[in-house]
Amino acid sequence: MSGTGVRMKIGLFVPCYIDAFYPKTGIATLELLEKLGQDVEYPLDQTCCGQPMANSGCNKDAAAAEALFVKNFARYDAIVMPSGSCAHHVKDNFDAIPQTDEVRHVRKNTYELVEFLHDVLKVDAFPWAEFPHKVGLHNSCGTLRALRTASMSELGEPFFSKPMDLLSKVRGISFATPRRPDECCGFGGTFSVTEEAVSARMGVDKVRDHHEAGAEYIVSADTSCMMHQQGCAERAGVPIRFIHIAEILNGARA
Amino acid sequence: MKVKPVNHARAAEAFIKDTPHLTFHDERLWDLRQKRDQQMHELPEWQELRTLASQIKEHTLANLPEYLEQFEANAKKNGIHVHWAADGAEHNRIVGEILEKHGVKSLIKSKSMVTEECNMREYLEPRGVVVTETDLGERIQQLDNQMPSHIVVPAVHKLTPDVAKLFAEHYHTDPNDDDPQSLAWSQRLAARPVILAADAGMTGGNFLVAETGTFVVCTNEGNADLSATVPGLHIATLGIERLVPRMADLGVFVRMLSRSALGSPITQYTTHFRGPQDGSEMHVVLVDNGRSHRLGMEDFWTSLKCIRCGACMNTCPVYRRSGGLSYGAVYSGPIGAIIDPTFNERKYSTLPFASTMNGSCSNVCPVRINIHEQLYKWRRVLAEHHELPFVKREVMHMAGRLMGQPKLYRAAISGTETALGVLPRFALYNWLNPWGKNRELPHPVKQTFHSWYKQNRLKTKKKGEDA
Repeated sequence: MSGTGVRMKIGLFVPCYIDAFYPKTGIATLELLEKLGQDVEYPLDQTCCGQPMANSGCNKDAAAAEALFVKNFARYDAIVMPSGSCAHHVKDNFDAIPQTDEVRHVRKNTYELVEFLHDVLKVDAFPWAEFPHKVGLHNSCGTLRALRTASMSELGEPFFSKPMDLLSKVRGISFATPRRPDECCGFGGTFSVTEEAVSARMGVDKVRDHHEAGAEYIVSADTSCMMHQQGCAERAGVPIRFIHIAEILNGARA
Repeated sequence: MKVKPVNHARAAEAFIKDTPHLTFHDERLWDLRQKRDQQMHELPEWQELRTLASQIKEHTLANLPEYLEQFEANAKKNGIHVHWAADGAEHNRIVGEILEKHGVKSLIKSKSMVTEECNMREYLEPRGVVVTETDLGERIQQLDNQMPSHIVVPAVHKLTPDVAKLFAEHYHTDPNDDDPQSLAWSQRLAARPVILAADAGMTGGNFLVAETGTFVVCTNEGNADLSATVPGLHIATLGIERLVPRMADLGVFVRMLSRSALGSPITQYTTHFRGPQDGSEMHVVLVDNGRSHRLGMEDFWTSLKCIRCGACMNTCPVYRRSGGLSYGAVYSGPIGAIIDPTFNERKYSTLPFASTMNGSCSNVCPVRINIHEQLYKWRRVLAEHHELPFVKREVMHMAGRLMGQPKLYRAAISGTETALGVLPRFALYNWLNPWGKNRELPHPVKQTFHSWYKQNRLKTKKKGEDA
């Protein structure tokens, strides 16, 4: 349960690919925040945070999406999303539109789900959660090296992992140790189509690494990485399943 | 005719198809990254060293003219001839004139990325100078008529059977003998007589020291020392950014260079060149070739801090799976992708996109270059300069428009006529097509989250309000 007793008015952002392909992740995020006593709303007019355009260099084309994002979310205490890369975009690169007070409020109060649970709500238990499986944790590069929700191997810093802290409170869960835990899986947004061969190869290497380490599931705070990895695993016949961290924390058993 | 952009994606695809080469390349470079990590763990002050190194380089770059002049004055006092080359052509002309004056027919040289930048071999050979690379990897690349694929290990994309074939062709050795030791021995047998008979030697250099007017060359094979000292005429070519102010600064870099590059505490040879030997001549050519221009670029000037360790390449998951040659440039990998566009924006416009921007490169960089952030910035610059492929630009423009209009977006998600009328659907779908080449598509679901929410939250809320 929440360690702080904080109750906030939260705007839930559900990225386009989760909305269209992985609604379960959106539902789990919403239910989890509700279970933790939060007042959550999903503004119906939301679309995208602007990241795909901005990451492609077409920053001007991100302006409309960014303006709409602010219009939808400026009224909330916190904006929470089950996506590290979208949160990274809003926090660190969201500058296609003038930086008004409203924009600054939105950027400052945007959280990826794990950091929100860990740092803001300081959740210390998920009594409803049990996941009797061995999982491989995939930290997206956005959560790892931009949002810094875990220690990075390149820096030799003391180990920490916010997603693992949260998952460790789930009954029955155990962790596989892949050989290259920090290696990018190769999704990279439009990179996945413009550099298809490299992207797919990185993806298949990633899922094999987890599979060989004994993981039954790959769990991540980023659905976009997993959408790519799942596609690679299915094509290459690597028997491994995928689940968003929100679903496990919300009590999914499989 | 306009220059065509390098097709990194296609070259990488070809590289990936060759599984033995790909696997070796990926694992060999990953091993270097692992060894680099071990070295880092042994030095508790590693992050402090990175900060110091970055600060020293930034200070030097901010005061480059003064330090360069200091270097020149002190080097001259040491009896070194100092030359200034504004670009590659001037560099080649200067070197050509020195060689001509001494009647040089045979030049031996150690590895130098600057001479690659300047295409020096191509300039000298038609003028009757036989150039022989003495670094093993570089020699392999020279014999194969390829650019170095990595700035530290130039032939890392090759396997020993490739080298055996190449040596058989040039050195008449057994094409089936791919034992690394016998290959190294063949190279030694072929190289030593050339070294002993050479008229001049050339080296690159890792550091210029302003206060002493000396320069430092770091190698693992000792070939630079032979090239520099055997012939009696030594020309060293260095980029103007190789400078550090004081001898005391050097320690920071020497401690980091080989640890970052190969995961060894120091290079086998770290040679300080202080002046010519008795009866011989020493020249230093200081090369600009676009560096002053880069120094004036607000977002990109810190790329000049680079000490050419190659750590960013070793850690880069894209580089490891695409091979250095796929970048079609002298500098490959992450550092290449931010430097190359300053040489030719159109030709190298694709390179900043040959990255997932995962950020590992910036973390391993010993001089703290924010490589992945510069990649991001380059993408913006290239888009603004209209250097993006037409289709990509259009797709992003369409997507941007769509994402600003919730109703249209909803319609597009549910695939209704409204959206189809507005969006050139075929363009979008064709562009996304490659997804399915080696990957399955996400599984279709019955209901979007949006629709679920309306059904399960808004309706129940309304009911509650009514009662």
